Amino acid sequence: MKIIACIKQVPDSEAKVKAEGGQVSWGDAPLVINPFDEYAVEGALQQKEATGGTVTALCVGPESAKEALKHALAMGADEAILVSDPALENLDTVGAAKVLAAAIQKIGGADMVVFGRQTLDNGAGLTPPQTARLLGYPMLGLAGSIKVEGSAVTVERVLEEGRQIMKANLPAVLSVVQSIGEPRYPSFMGIRKASKANIPVWSLADLGVSAPTAIVTRTELITPPSDTREVEMITGESPAEIAEKLADKIIAEKVL
Amino acid sequence: MKTFVYIDHFKGEVQPASWEALGLAKSFGSAVALVFGSGVDEVAKAAIEYGADEVLVADDSSLEDYRAETYASTLSALASSLNPNLILFPTTTRTRELAAMAAVDLNTGVLTDLIGLEANGDSFVATRPIYEGKLMEKTVCSGKPVMATIRGRAFAKPEREAGKSGTITKVAAAGEAKSSVEGYSASESAVNLGDAGIIVSGGRGVSNNPSLTPPAGMDEKQAEVWRAQQGFALITDLAQLLGGAVGASRAAVDGGYIPYAHQVGQTGKVVAPDLYIANGISGAIQHLVGMRNAKVIVAINKDADAPIFKQARYGVVGDLFQILPALTEAMKKKLGK
Repeated sequence: MKIIACIKQVPDSEAKVKAEGGQVSWGDAPLVINPFDEYAVEGALQQKEATGGTVTALCVGPESAKEALKHALAMGADEAILVSDPALENLDTVGAAKVLAAAIQKIGGADMVVFGRQTLDNGAGLTPPQTARLLGYPMLGLAGSIKVEGSAVTVERVLEEGRQIMKANLPAVLSVVQSIGEPRYPSFMGIRKASKANIPVWSLADLGVSAPTAIVTRTELITPPSDTREVEMITGESPAEIAEKLADKIIAEKVL
Repeated sequence: MKTFVYIDHFKGEVQPASWEALGLAKSFGSAVALVFGSGVDEVAKAAIEYGADEVLVADDSSLEDYRAETYASTLSALASSLNPNLILFPTTTRTRELAAMAAVDLNTGVLTDLIGLEANGDSFVATRPIYEGKLMEKTVCSGKPVMATIRGRAFAKPEREAGKSGTITKVAAAGEAKSSVEGYSASESAVNLGDAGIIVSGGRGVSNNPSLTPPAGMDEKQAEVWRAQQGFALITDLAQLLGGAVGASRAAVDGGYIPYAHQVGQTGKVVAPDLYIANGISGAIQHLVGMRNAKVIVAINKDADAPIFKQARYGVVGDLFQILPALTEAMKKKLGK
């Protein structure tokens, strides 16, 4: 089975992200593989182990995003491809989906394309279904488990209302959630292999597409006012006394 | 100004933020509600009662189970022929997919998870959190229609006017399904943290009640999970009394104490209830990004240095197994329940 795991590089979750001159700044914080996409790589590797085949990690981003791809390689992906082009500076989600779909077609299609649920930065979660729509593949979103049998794939989707079992023929686009299983740590051998890997970089010309025009654009970036919350500690002689005081405080907030 | 409002429902159970979207649409002009499914008359009637000027119903056996492909094609066909300026959705797992795909069909964009939306002439300016709420952005969509999913509880819910009548028009379903729904595992009760006004939440600390003796024959891990479940029973008691939902930290979900659907935080749900009571949750950044927009945060933890206290309005350093039942009792008395 040919599996493609789509990943993105984002500032680390611990980063102090702020707005600076209309741009997002994260100081010295490292750029990492989007945490949700680690589950995508994990899900892809599980399927490779279950049915055989290859896992290709695919990323659209600047040259520095090779580091995120190396993480996927170190986890066990067989190959990695970066799509990078100066014209891709201001991609919106449909634009990203168009570029990914073109890259997937250049690879020669896939049996399964796996995404993380959403990215940490924009957080829209639109790119996976948009890529599916462009490729004409069925979309199986928010999969907590995946099972391939013959040419069909069955997933258990994690929804607001519980779990839904959904089945489609391959090729398909999947997005995965945390229930898929904890992403494996890169092995020592994996890290060595990744550090030596030669990651091809494809430009838009290589893909034969022009830069998508952004339909959704940011007009303003705002740093929310810093939290100046003062915590009021509730103390007392006994749990009952503390509970009494706390209940009064909560009721006085008029949130019940 | 004509706005479509997609009413998201699961087997007839409407996601409440759909009505909030309807209220928002009315503030811009006329609101046409869209209801897709099979046997959804009640949902259509409710949409009228919540203020829709008209309801378009695609009632078709092919739409019985939500599938992104057919729902998106049905929506795209309606939008192409009726040309709304704006299509609003509640932000749910379904609408993210549906809006995303319809936007591809209609060559437009989607503004997701909005906490603000203002009309600006023919266009709209949206406000949404990005980078896990560390930043906000204002964003615009140059395509037409503008598609926007709103965050639950960010906009006012309109009053329901029971018995109100209005125009309900049948429309055709479109598109071809590419997948089949094989079933639902109803093992978990519905958890809708996004719409909950009150969330009582538990973390790793919920398993640390040494006074409990697990049933004989359990290994260490089973005993830990058993202890945690007793702890979550206390949390559920308070949540039920207050009419709230039960949340959990990732540590509690990873520990197998409670299903993933309850998880609040980076890889779970981002929530903004009026009241969030965190029990035995230390407050890792990944959890804090999911709940720090709650109006009132109460933290109960035995560790006075736990980072959760930095986000809380009220804090109690103590044993949650004593405080929590006492709080439930005190609330029962004070609320007269």
